[in-house]
Amino acid sequence: MTLPLRAPHDIAAPGIGGVGESTLRPDGTLKVKGEFAYASDLWAEGMLWGATLRSPHPRARIVSIDTAPALAHPGVRAVLTHEDVPGRKHYGLDLTWDQPVLAIGEVRHQGEAIALVAADHPETARRALDKIAIEWEILEPLTDARRAAFDPSYPQVQDRPNPARHQPVRVGDVEAVRAGAEVVVTGTYEVGIQDQAFLGPESGLAVPAEDGGIELYVATQWMHNDLKQIGPCLGLPEERIRMTLSGVGGAFGGREDLSMQIHAAMLALHTGAPVKMMYNRHESFFGHVHRHPAQMRYEYGASRDGKILYADVEIVLDGGAYTSATLNVVGNAASLGVGPYEIPNVKIDAYGVYTNNPPCGAMRGFGAVQACFAYESMMDKLGDACGIDPVTIRRTNAASQGSALATGQIIHAPLPMKDMLAQARDLPMPAPLDSSDIRNLPGGASQTTHGEGVRRGVGYGVGLKNICFSEGYDDYSTARVRLEVIGGVATALVHTAAAEVGQGLVTIEAQIARTELGIENVVIHPADNQVGSAGSSSASRQSYMTGGSVQAACWAVRDRLFTLVDGLYDDLSLAGGKIISASRGVIASIEDVLGDRVIEETREYHHHPTTGMDPVTGQGDTHTQVALCVHRAVVDVDVELGLVKVVELAAVQDVGKILNRLSLEGQIHGGTAQGLGLAVMEEIVVSDGKVRNPSFTDYLIPTILDMPPMRLEILENADPRAPYGLRGAGEPPTLSSTPAIVAAIRDATGLALHRVPVRPEHITG
Amino acid sequence: MEFLRPTTWAEALAAKADQPEAVPIQGGTDVMVEINFDVHRPPALLDLNQVGELATWSREGDTYRVGAGLPYVTIIEELGGVLPGLAQASRTVGSPQIRNRGTVGGNLGAASPAGDSHPPLLAAGAVVEVESRARGVRMIPAHEFYLGVKRSALEPDELIRAVRVEAARGPQYFSKVGTRNAMVIAVCSFSVALHPGERRVGTGIGSAAPTPRRALEAEEFLAGELDWDARLDSAVLKRFGELCSRAASPIDDVRGTADYRRHAIAVMARRTLTWAWNDYRKVRAA
Ligand SMILES: Cc1cc2nc3c(=O)[nH]c(=O)nc-3n(C[C@H](O)[C@H](O)[C@H](O)COP(=O)(O)OP(=O)(O)OC[C@H]3O[C@@H](n4cnc5c(N)ncnc54)[C@H](O)[C@@H]3O)c2cc1C
Repeated sequence: MTLPLRAPHDIAAPGIGGVGESTLRPDGTLKVKGEFAYASDLWAEGMLWGATLRSPHPRARIVSIDTAPALAHPGVRAVLTHEDVPGRKHYGLDLTWDQPVLAIGEVRHQGEAIALVAADHPETARRALDKIAIEWEILEPLTDARRAAFDPSYPQVQDRPNPARHQPVRVGDVEAVRAGAEVVVTGTYEVGIQDQAFLGPESGLAVPAEDGGIELYVATQWMHNDLKQIGPCLGLPEERIRMTLSGVGGAFGGREDLSMQIHAAMLALHTGAPVKMMYNRHESFFGHVHRHPAQMRYEYGASRDGKILYADVEIVLDGGAYTSATLNVVGNAASLGVGPYEIPNVKIDAYGVYTNNPPCGAMRGFGAVQACFAYESMMDKLGDACGIDPVTIRRTNAASQGSALATGQIIHAPLPMKDMLAQARDLPMPAPLDSSDIRNLPGGASQTTHGEGVRRGVGYGVGLKNICFSEGYDDYSTARVRLEVIGGVATALVHTAAAEVGQGLVTIEAQIARTELGIENVVIHPADNQVGSAGSSSASRQSYMTGGSVQAACWAVRDRLFTLVDGLYDDLSLAGGKIISASRGVIASIEDVLGDRVIEETREYHHHPTTGMDPVTGQGDTHTQVALCVHRAVVDVDVELGLVKVVELAAVQDVGKILNRLSLEGQIHGGTAQGLGLAVMEEIVVSDGKVRNPSFTDYLIPTILDMPPMRLEILENADPRAPYGLRGAGEPPTLSSTPAIVAAIRDATGLALHRVPVRPEHITG
Repeated sequence: MEFLRPTTWAEALAAKADQPEAVPIQGGTDVMVEINFDVHRPPALLDLNQVGELATWSREGDTYRVGAGLPYVTIIEELGGVLPGLAQASRTVGSPQIRNRGTVGGNLGAASPAGDSHPPLLAAGAVVEVESRARGVRMIPAHEFYLGVKRSALEPDELIRAVRVEAARGPQYFSKVGTRNAMVIAVCSFSVALHPGERRVGTGIGSAAPTPRRALEAEEFLAGELDWDARLDSAVLKRFGELCSRAASPIDDVRGTADYRRHAIAVMARRTLTWAWNDYRKVRAA
């Protein structure tokens, strides 16, 4: 079989920087110049194009389906339905196995995949889709998440009953202390559906192999987890499925679930030809899960001086028709439902439900993002009620190292939240509004104001995110490192299955190899499944986990290298291409000792084990690590038109150790921008289970004129359990920027604002 | 799909006459999006980019003739002084890339109620110059051009050649509400143009009715009530806002609610008239 052109290949990591230096990304120049091969650029000789027929209805029965007219269409090579799924008919992220590969007699959300076409031209494939005749029995969609959670008479959406998960958390005795609270505040909060809005739509190539297996080139977040679902559905053993990561155009959780992987493989196996599938933007809105929308009710009781006595919390998360990541989203929302605050009596009930609304699953900060908007709004409300400013009310209740989370878990690493809040407060304020340039004003060049109606507001947000997988999951990572002399220079080849999704992992892998092996030349092997699992590029975990495994594999290589050194030393280290003895100085160059030998070592890295949550009390040591970000937002609001300009976002984040400041700042900027999007514009608008804005014309994401400059304070208080002491950094800023911005809008307008995104009509009333 | 490439205006008119179902394409920023989304599969595209004169502007006395193919960026750079309302609206269109390609001719051809050039053309009293091989030139006043959602007075065998706008004799303003600070389709928009010679104020409302439209009652009200030698009376201003708002007939959609649009039109009407009035008084005082 011909190998695909524009397939991933080894990349030499440029620069010489080790851990802590801002080396440039190996893929950076290619991306800027438009030369980077994304999954949508994959191409193979003689390939066919696959297309997917999707349901126009959120809930309907398929009475009959006639594929014959589509198959008769010239140029069409295959039309497949659920009957053609070779193995297991269902898949599911987290191995929940409840999502049909192709709909079986019934659809449960708009856009559900029903049938596949392969044709010799993408347009032919799309036209053939129109010729698949379906007789529908349309049913009333079940879209009420609260009824799904609480009303036993509400009809069932799928085989599994509602709720998908109810996770209680119980600390102390809320009922006993309720009457004793001097101040009680309540709030009802809502979070709309956010989309990952990654720029590279779902795409990939399946190439049938001579052994009856399949080669898959895909853009995903975790190949080995894909594999666990693809194998059974195709009826193939895992070793006959060879997966290679292709250029990933952003992910943010949206590529954790499978999209076209099984579909393209089915078409390729059926036709014996390579098959490429590539969604367009419209289809992409239906081709991946979104962020769970949430409805939340909070009640806090406190003493007059602002010390919280109890929290009574109910969180309902709508996961749509299939389980996807809902179980873990509920776990995060429950365990982090009151955030980084010490509260002696806690009652949290978090629910994840099935409905016929759009399917929801993983997105940056999942579960924690929704809760953070509510608990931070509550902190401001409590502060107001007690006459205490936002920073002080948070400091009054702040957790720190040694505090217990709501789950009872003791925070084992430094958590200098009080200092971080003070630091955020004390940062210099941005200059007052300069309305001589309308681009500085809300509305910008659209000229809605020359300064009339504009008021400034300041708000704070604090977010606590669990890093790595929780609740007893061993999401280990594997790395293989090979050291050899190439062209007279010691060179390391780093091979992992970890997905570079734009976050800069490959840069960091190379930096770690340089630091641990004392060399400059590092080459990154394409990520594939010819090496063990690296776990998912999610939960802010890859620097920690794959960073840890690369470090461990490098140490194993180094130790073998030391055995080749003549003489007995117990004080060797590697630096500058040399083997150095602490007592005797430089012993030899690595090249001289290595000669033409190749040293290759593979290592797994496992994090500190965690436990599940008690099903009744929610107690347990459930999280590997927690990480904190504090935001201060300054906004200008046109209170008459309800338009917002975020003037500045300042962030104080503790990352334990800065591996690469340039990449890290990019993560904090990006996470903050995504939180800004949720605060003021990003929402998939749904009515009766149907998406009303599946395009970038109406699903708005922030532009450079919406995202303000940032002031960053990055702290390095090491976590003793983590490699280099680092903390995952990608998600925390996504949590805290949303409530900070909304708090600032409240400050400017005096409005209560209980829903994100805040729309102009929420401000004008 | 056929791709027709006339190089002169006469050839373009002939092509359109022979094949009225051919879809003209200028900047392509609407046409290509629709083709991409498979909204239309036109049998032919009529590319007007080779007809050089369309991408130029000229002056005839006090009237500026803006070629249908003149990109927004040129309007902003070269005509901002004489056609300020249109230039401000042009500045709000899309992104730099879209402003490099997109044209007023295309905006008129698409006749979307949300098109940003329409309100300033209405307020300034512009005239659309269209032509067919069979019937020659027709001059259509902007307020008679828009017939319905994405429907205009253009006949199938006609092409838009230019839009004629008088050089501003008084201040003009354009204002557009969107839910993002750039690159956004209007939730609603408003334009005002003072015509001191006629003691008249022109208006244009965008994205708040099936077509762009003038707020006629509001214009008549000002013609009667406005004291051109005095400061703006706050009661007059308030009433003007209300009448503009009443002239709209907006809907609830994914971009905004009808109530919000009515409210925002009133705010923009008051603000733009105030800016224009202050400019006017400043110039007179100087
Ligand atoms: C990302 C993006 C952002 C946008 N933002 C905005 C915005 O903020 N505001 C806004 O108003 N619009 C916006 N648009 C829409 C579009 O850019 C404008 O409507 C633009 O004015 C179209 O001009 P064009 O030359 O590209 O038209 P084309 O796409 O070439 O044509 C548009 C229509 O006009 C017809 N047409 C073109 N020339 C003639 C002619 N001479 N005679 C007869 N018919 C003709 C075409 O057949 C077609 O129906 C945006 C589009 C995109 C893709």
